[in-house]
Amino acid sequence: MISLMVSLVHRLFSVSGIDFLKVLATVGFSSLFVLSAKETKAIEADLSSHLVAITAGFSGDRILLFGSINSPGEVIVVVRGPDTDFKVQRKGQVAGIWMNTASMSFESVPSFYSIASTGPIEEISSSATRALNAIGFNNIGLELPVTKAAGKLADSWKEALLRNLLRSGNYQLENAEIVFLGEHLFRTEFELPANVPTGTYSVSVYHLRDGQIIDARTTPLTVSKIGVEAEIYDYAHLHGAMYGIIAIVIALVSGWIGHLIFRKG
Amino acid sequence: MQIYLPIAEISVDIILLLAMGGGVGLLSGIFGVGGGFLMTPILIFVGVPPAVAVATQANNVIASSVSGVFAHWKRGNVDFLMGWILLVGGFIGSTLGVGLFTFLKSLGQIDLVINLSYVIFLGTIGLLMMLEGIKAVFRRRKAGGASRGKLHEHNWFHGLPLKMRFRKSRLYISALLPLGIGFFVGVLSAIMGVGGGFILVPAMIYMLGMPTAMVIGTSLFQIIFVAANVTFLQAAQNQTVDVVLALLLLVGSVLGAQVGTRIGAKMQGDWLRLLLGILVVMVCGKLFLDLLIQPADLYSLEMTQ
Repeated sequence: MISLMVSLVHRLFSVSGIDFLKVLATVGFSSLFVLSAKETKAIEADLSSHLVAITAGFSGDRILLFGSINSPGEVIVVVRGPDTDFKVQRKGQVAGIWMNTASMSFESVPSFYSIASTGPIEEISSSATRALNAIGFNNIGLELPVTKAAGKLADSWKEALLRNLLRSGNYQLENAEIVFLGEHLFRTEFELPANVPTGTYSVSVYHLRDGQIIDARTTPLTVSKIGVEAEIYDYAHLHGAMYGIIAIVIALVSGWIGHLIFRKG
Repeated sequence: MQIYLPIAEISVDIILLLAMGGGVGLLSGIFGVGGGFLMTPILIFVGVPPAVAVATQANNVIASSVSGVFAHWKRGNVDFLMGWILLVGGFIGSTLGVGLFTFLKSLGQIDLVINLSYVIFLGTIGLLMMLEGIKAVFRRRKAGGASRGKLHEHNWFHGLPLKMRFRKSRLYISALLPLGIGFFVGVLSAIMGVGGGFILVPAMIYMLGMPTAMVIGTSLFQIIFVAANVTFLQAAQNQTVDVVLALLLLVGSVLGAQVGTRIGAKMQGDWLRLLLGILVVMVCGKLFLDLLIQPADLYSLEMTQ
């Protein structure tokens, strides 16, 4: 019976065997923990996978997060990608043609940001808590320093950045609900788009009560190019000149092969 | 089936890429053109970053030019002296062109310049081809035969110094002329990701006065080296050549071109020119509209680290 359930769950979430055992172990441990010590504030969580491999067939991925809390409260999960710099370009009309006429750079902004929660974050957490823990789009440093832009202008740049990031799928608005399976166990899923930035992500799970965080746990997630794709990318960036020569040789040889085919046909 | 392109960093349907290569190959086979002017805009349209599209297409131009040059070489239709001089100009032009490309990219204006170059240079050639095609079709209907004008006219540029004798093309002209043409086409091929045949061929016929039979082989000969120079510099300076993308497009275009050549052989030259003109004008018209119509979002985003 149990093995049947395991295989069923396994199939449902299409998690690899070892990862699933990990989740199962975590869940099992935490459940035991719940039974033995009812009043501690422990929160447990783990991911279906700690490594997202961008291989030749990569077209996005789904990550499953399993966790448990041992006392009532709300849960917020924040997935944050490595910080990066962005440049926003604004188009204007010059002699009838739309071209980039202004640009604004944003420094150290998360390249990926997604939130899941048991309810609207404004209701289940205080604004001070959100500010302190970088929860929500208003608390992740998207604001421009006043030396660069202020007032409405700064707002329009920030909105443009956010709008474009949301459109790319790397920022997600109300990505997922957290679903409770019984009283203690919860799970949520978040989606990584095909163009997901690479690097080390942090997945933070917050346990809240009365708008305050009572316990938190952060676990890493690595998004990395693996295999041939990674080797080609690294080679192109480390040995650009040699890469160029190889590309030329490939083109010359395939052109010659093409000629042979033509001659026969 | 999706495939992740390592340099373009996007995931594209493999069937779509093969179909694109096949479609463009078919057209280039029918019309006897390189097809770069079609492929680069299409690549940008499916989401390949313009910088990667241009550089990768330069790599593809090498392959298609190599497969074409053999046949012309065998028939003795390559003027190597002319080719080398064009090439010197082409090398300087394309090297400066890649530098210009890198500079415009840093200014955030490369997309605009790519689009404008297409609209201006390709649009002009396309319109001329279309008009010429229409004229020829009508002329044949009226008179039943085309009247031939002079092979080439004498202009100011025939008075330039450094005159050289090109035996194969039976020309005695200034070396500065092919040097300048090569330079100009080199700049364009670096910025537009095309071989530049569409400018090189008319320039060699009308400005240099080369025999038409000699033009295609000689232009292909020089395009191979200029495209190789562009590929090398783009790979070394900008890391924008995607070999996976290039290979997938190649497979389709080799097969498509084979079919296209057979179709083209059965069609009349004037109609071919007219149709090619229409096709080119349509591509340019679309790019021109993109520049004129207000974009849905005035703001766009670029990761800079």
